Amino acid sequence: MMMPFIKRAIDDILQNRFLNFVTIITIALAILIASAFILFFVNTSEIIDSWKRGLRIMAYLKPGIHNTDLDQLKRTIQSLDGVHSLRFISKQEALDRLKDQMQHHSSLFDNLTENPLPDSFEIRMTAASGSWQKIDSLANQIESLNPIEEVQYGRRWIGRFIRIISLFRMAGYAMGVLFFTASIFIVANTIRLVIYSRREEVEIMRLVGATDSFIKMPFYIEGLVQGALGAAIGLVMLSISFYFVSSNIEQGFSAGLFRLQFLSPKIIGGILLSSMLVGWLGCYVSLKQFLKT
Amino acid sequence: MMDAGEKSFIIRMFHVHHNFGPKKALIDITLDIAKNEFVFISGPSGAGKTTLLKLLYLGEPVSEGQVLIDGINLARIPRKKIPILRRKFGIIFQDYKLIPTKSVYDNVALVLEAVGAKRRFIPKKVKSILRSVGMEDRLKSFPPSLSGGEQQRIAVARAIIGDPKIILADEPTGSLDDESAEAILDLLKGAHIRGATVIIATHDKALMRKTGGHVLTLRQGRIESSAFLEKQYDDAIY
Repeated sequence: MMMPFIKRAIDDILQNRFLNFVTIITIALAILIASAFILFFVNTSEIIDSWKRGLRIMAYLKPGIHNTDLDQLKRTIQSLDGVHSLRFISKQEALDRLKDQMQHHSSLFDNLTENPLPDSFEIRMTAASGSWQKIDSLANQIESLNPIEEVQYGRRWIGRFIRIISLFRMAGYAMGVLFFTASIFIVANTIRLVIYSRREEVEIMRLVGATDSFIKMPFYIEGLVQGALGAAIGLVMLSISFYFVSSNIEQGFSAGLFRLQFLSPKIIGGILLSSMLVGWLGCYVSLKQFLKT
Repeated sequence: MMDAGEKSFIIRMFHVHHNFGPKKALIDITLDIAKNEFVFISGPSGAGKTTLLKLLYLGEPVSEGQVLIDGINLARIPRKKIPILRRKFGIIFQDYKLIPTKSVYDNVALVLEAVGAKRRFIPKKVKSILRSVGMEDRLKSFPPSLSGGEQQRIAVARAIIGDPKIILADEPTGSLDDESAEAILDLLKGAHIRGATVIIATHDKALMRKTGGHVLTLRQGRIESSAFLEKQYDDAIY
């Protein structure tokens, strides 16, 4: 049933090679840029997730807490939703750790007459408590407990990082919409040129009783093919760039904490379908105007 | 109300006018054409012959008046139904209107593809029609490589392949030599014998004499005369 339309669409593509080539390359570039953004988001999300996985809440205690109160506090924190485990770090252990970390600057500790560090709990969260709202809520709950003086979990700098990523994400969405719209218009104009070059043929088809659907179908197939080929070329260009760039970034940036990953088959499928939709929409816009006349 | 006799008319025009801007191309045309009639629309250049044909297949919209094709009022036909109307016609254009980038086979097959004919049925039918117009050996040729007579035969093949009820031919022999014109006329007569109503716009007196039939003569957009011509020379016609 579809074979004659597919044959006509392929004939049309071959007859208008240059126009089709320009359109496919334009779509490919739009897809390359849009999918580069997607790739960036996928990997930054991965970075944030890996940070979240390693994230601990440090709860510093007020001085002079009795052992019985400490056991009670430990049980209370453990019972909170989202807490995976906790470990008590005495002020002495904390000082030892600090000295160990700053062994090259040991002179700093020479005049230390008493330990200024507080006792603390190091709290690990369950995997389910991954969202920032949940982490915030948990930290607030712990902070509200009476023996707790202060809670720290790197909220400020991680928050900043997330805000920057969010800005990038917004820019990415805006650019995605821009490229999507631009691609539709480019495809629409190409198809318009193709139809214009074949207006006599279209007119003859109408005169022999062809319906608008019969006339439109090969153009739609052409748009879908343009979209699919554009996406395929764009994704191949992206994967080649990714191959060359990823190893350097991994060595310099992630330090083994995570691996840069390429787009999943699901996302690739989504990009391919979106690109085909762009091709189809371009044809739709163009044909709607042309066949009205 | 129609009586029993009126039902046999396939084309009816009532007080039809058509203007191209301020120029009146057709003025107060009223005519009836019966099913399976062989009709000539005659008249000098600019008389309105081509315009009249165009009004029938909605190549031009009617400015005023009513046109009925096989019972369908063209003033009320929805846009979506226009292809259905056009399938009632096989049209032979003065300039052939073949698609230059498509082969002879594809040009003729287009009509069957457009109406959604079964794919396995199309090659057989196309080859059979091309054989009947003597063009079976030019299946893969492209129109620009054919002579005027050959292109006209392809145009006739395209017009008759869908077994239309009405065949419209606009100066079908105008630019052809006698032999080619004779061949085209024979093809149209064949379609008439098979039941089609044939309407030929021409100013070729010899063509009308050879065939005979209902001759409508137009002059300056009006019907000047309507007569039935035997296969004899008639000086009263045009």
